[in-house]
Amino acid sequence: MKANNIAVKVEGVSRKFGDFVAVDNISLSVNKGEIFGFLGPNGAGKSTTIRMLCGLLTPTSGSGFVGGYDIIKEYEEIKKDIGYMSQKFSLYDDLTVEENIDFFSGVYRVPKEKKKKRMEWVLEMAGLNERRNAITKILPGGFKQRLALGCAILHEPPIIFLDEPTSGVDPISRRNFWKLIYDMSREGTTVFVTTHYMEEAEYCDRLALIYRGKIIAEGTPNDLKQNYMSRDVLEIDVDRVVEAMEVLYRNGIETAIFGSLLHATVENAEQEIPGIKRILEGLNITVNKIEKIIPSLEDVFVTLIEVA
Amino acid sequence: MKFLRIKAIAKKELIQIWRDPFSLAMVFVMPVMLLFIFGYAITLDVNNLTTIVYDLDRSSSSRELVAKFSESGYFTIIEHIDDDKDIDKYLDSGKARIAIAIPADFSKNITTGKNPQLQVIIDGSDSNTATIAMGYISAISELYSQRLKGIKITPVIDPRVRVWYNPELKSRNFIIPGLIAVIMAIIAALLTSLTFAREWERGTMEQLISTPVKGPELITGKLIPYFLIGFIDMAVAVLIGTIIFDVPLRGNIFLLMAVSSVFLFGGLSLGILISIVAKSQLVASQMSMVITFLPSFLLSGFMYPIANMPAILQIITHVIPARYFVAILKGIFLKGSILKLLAMDVLLLLIFGLIVFTVANRKFKKRVI
Ligand SMILES: Nc1ncnc2c1ncn2[C@@H]1O[C@H](COP(=O)(O)OP(=O)(O)O)[C@@H](O)[C@H]1O
Ligand SMILES: [Mg+2]
Repeated sequence: MKANNIAVKVEGVSRKFGDFVAVDNISLSVNKGEIFGFLGPNGAGKSTTIRMLCGLLTPTSGSGFVGGYDIIKEYEEIKKDIGYMSQKFSLYDDLTVEENIDFFSGVYRVPKEKKKKRMEWVLEMAGLNERRNAITKILPGGFKQRLALGCAILHEPPIIFLDEPTSGVDPISRRNFWKLIYDMSREGTTVFVTTHYMEEAEYCDRLALIYRGKIIAEGTPNDLKQNYMSRDVLEIDVDRVVEAMEVLYRNGIETAIFGSLLHATVENAEQEIPGIKRILEGLNITVNKIEKIIPSLEDVFVTLIEVA
Repeated sequence: MKFLRIKAIAKKELIQIWRDPFSLAMVFVMPVMLLFIFGYAITLDVNNLTTIVYDLDRSSSSRELVAKFSESGYFTIIEHIDDDKDIDKYLDSGKARIAIAIPADFSKNITTGKNPQLQVIIDGSDSNTATIAMGYISAISELYSQRLKGIKITPVIDPRVRVWYNPELKSRNFIIPGLIAVIMAIIAALLTSLTFAREWERGTMEQLISTPVKGPELITGKLIPYFLIGFIDMAVAVLIGTIIFDVPLRGNIFLLMAVSSVFLFGGLSLGILISIVAKSQLVASQMSMVITFLPSFLLSGFMYPIANMPAILQIITHVIPARYFVAILKGIFLKGSILKLLAMDVLLLLIFGLIVFTVANRKFKKRVI
């Protein structure tokens, strides 16, 4: 049953390419006005899912609705109510900033009296006021991404789908972009966003983790950290990281590299810290620091993938 | 169909063509280039026709006539023969393409005021050249007759060839109108064959199909700018034909352009259909060349008369739009045909256009695969 506060709901949706199952029996629901993060490594099935939700790809099986329209039967209706930003930059490179905005205003049939205002709004939002006559091709990545977002929401859709909107963009632009997403969500827009940057997931109201076509976890960032991490995470700072990894692995302790640090998942931090220290120091590896930390989403994800 | 969307698409497409030097060149330079290359190549091909002479009269009149042929530059007399069996030998082996036989009573007929005969045998394997050669022969004979008139008798040499609709007997008059039709058939499909494929390749199509735009709006919007361009190409081709190649335009120019629009609609829609089916620019441009180039050149009646083709090819020619356009342009240029005479051809072009346009609309799916 479709509740009034739900923007997207799908059940048992799968998509096969030949024999290969790219999306495997997923179910999810997105509340109106929330930022829903769809997280997963490359090839997990994020784009395939988002395309099915936007009416660009027919599911092999399953059902659902987006903004009140059936994803199987009414996929053309959906397109009026959504804005979609595909993973690959897909504005016209050879058009100027204004020409791109003008084109999509026409395609979305933005009424004449609103058109000018929307154009100015996009230019302002994307920070492109001074470059409105620049050919899109020469813009830096961050500007392109904001312009693409602007063009996708000229018609002020209630739901927007963003497929890895920040991939390949510098960290400052990424932060700015997330601020835009956050602003839109505050104004009531539902945002469905995919990413493979774990730190971005922290900005989302709710998350689903997809891995090899299956949703392996779902909930708010805090839910995920609490419910899916029964084990403790240790952060270890040593001078010889690779050697430390090897020796711990031989002793049955899995670690992952985070920057210059190691993260290890263990049953009980207090009990195991002395043992680990002993193993490392036995090989003359200097342990600068070893302590229990609050797991990041990445830790959660790494653990979940090990289990999957 | 919403006007605002069609307008936005047409405008965008026009800007893109305008900004891309390659597409601009393809759009405006290529048709002109093709017209010059083929206009001259095909015309020049008819010079220096290898000719043998079988002169049974051996009079000064007959020698004078033969001299007229060789002076014209169109005929190269390679041999005078004494045995009529040699005619077959030369023609069959391809050593000569034309034999001129002058009967023994040629000069006697001139003096007695009768119409002297002139027998001409032409290698018909290349009927285009043959037709043009007949034109020259007829013209030279005519000139010769006129000269005789200046003396006192007025016999008319009857070479048993009549070339209709081309009294100036310039081969270009024949070639250019048909050539314009053939080139436009190729250009029209090529122009639009990249539009959809390009958007799929660049990824812009994915954005476009996520909007509420309708297939027919997209197709119509993309057709409009190319229609304008095709129209300009057509006008330029007609200007080059009449001014540079000096081909007379006997019919109505407005009728010509109106009929050309009907043809362009079909040709451009064909390119769109190819572009939709191919999804890649390389495949699309190759497909459009294969579908338009050889059929338009060989099966349109431009190079070889349709009536001389094997039955199966004759049937195939019916689905080649260039066939109707060649007939229409020759008609308007050379005969000054009016619409009533061309109605059937125009109607068939229109039907072709409507079918292709409809199929293109049905083939276009707003789906990624
Ligand atoms: N059109 C297609 N044909 C065949 N395989 C595809 C197609 N699209 C995606 N896939 C495959 O489906 C899997 C999921 O792809 P995708 O949804 O793009 O992943 P993600 O966006 O999470 O990186 C990948 O293994 C990809 O190769
Ligand atoms: Mg993807």
